[in-house]
Amino acid sequence: MEQLATIGLNHYLTISAILLSLGLFAVMTRKNAIVILMGVELILNAANINFLAFSKYNGGMQGVMFSLFVIVLAAAEAAIALAIIINIFKIFKSVDVSSIDSLKE
Amino acid sequence: MSNLTPYTVIFYIFAAITVFSAAFVVFTRNVIYSAFALLFTFFGAAALYVFLSADFIAVTQVVVYVGGILVLLLFGVMFTNSIMQAKPKSDVLHIVPGTLLLIGMIGAILYTFYTTHSWMPGEAILQGSIVERIGFETMSRYVLPFEMASILLLAALIGAAFLARFDKSTDNK
Repeated sequence: MEQLATIGLNHYLTISAILLSLGLFAVMTRKNAIVILMGVELILNAANINFLAFSKYNGGMQGVMFSLFVIVLAAAEAAIALAIIINIFKIFKSVDVSSIDSLKE
Repeated sequence: MSNLTPYTVIFYIFAAITVFSAAFVVFTRNVIYSAFALLFTFFGAAALYVFLSADFIAVTQVVVYVGGILVLLLFGVMFTNSIMQAKPKSDVLHIVPGTLLLIGMIGAILYTFYTTHSWMPGEAILQGSIVERIGFETMSRYVLPFEMASILLLAALIGAAFLARFDKSTDNK
């Protein structure tokens, strides 16, 4: 109960572990490419929570800066991935990743 | 449960919002529901960032993730599913290995975290607003990554516009 009542590092690590596993589950089990992208976003958020938690309890700024750059990279990744998915949809008329099996049109 | 302060209660509320909406994103079959549940996950994560005294990161999270990435994902959902005709379902495969991976991953990470005997916090825990410190760090130690991130964003912008543009030559073929 003492552990539960005072918020410490372990609480944040638990949340980020759950988010990471859920994201990995989405990436592994879903066929829709957009939901896979959502899983990747969940994983990146889990990493961010970890960075910020360690940064807070360490007192340094490294984790904060790194999480800022993670957000920047996530934005770039989402834009490129959506462009690729739209191209795939134009060619295959579907975003089902298990049915996309040819490199050439 | 003697010293259950409002701080703790609010933390648990936001943690529950984050985790349960993330579970909803993953386990619902409807892509639209996933996208909207992701909104709550991002807001919950932003609230957790505030708890971690990273207020600037929380605001950035709301602006970039909710205002940018989520809208982009919703556009993707709308483009690639004809929602008027069929239900935008997403099929599931490898459900058993996926579940095993989910449980094993959570178990392994939590085991590692909780058996690492004691995390030793630094002598100066981050407190209060860190906006000013982020400004100093960005312009001093992290100025090179900062500039490189701007170049990367420009390249990603051009690349995404190039990839997703309407291509006449493939249509006339």
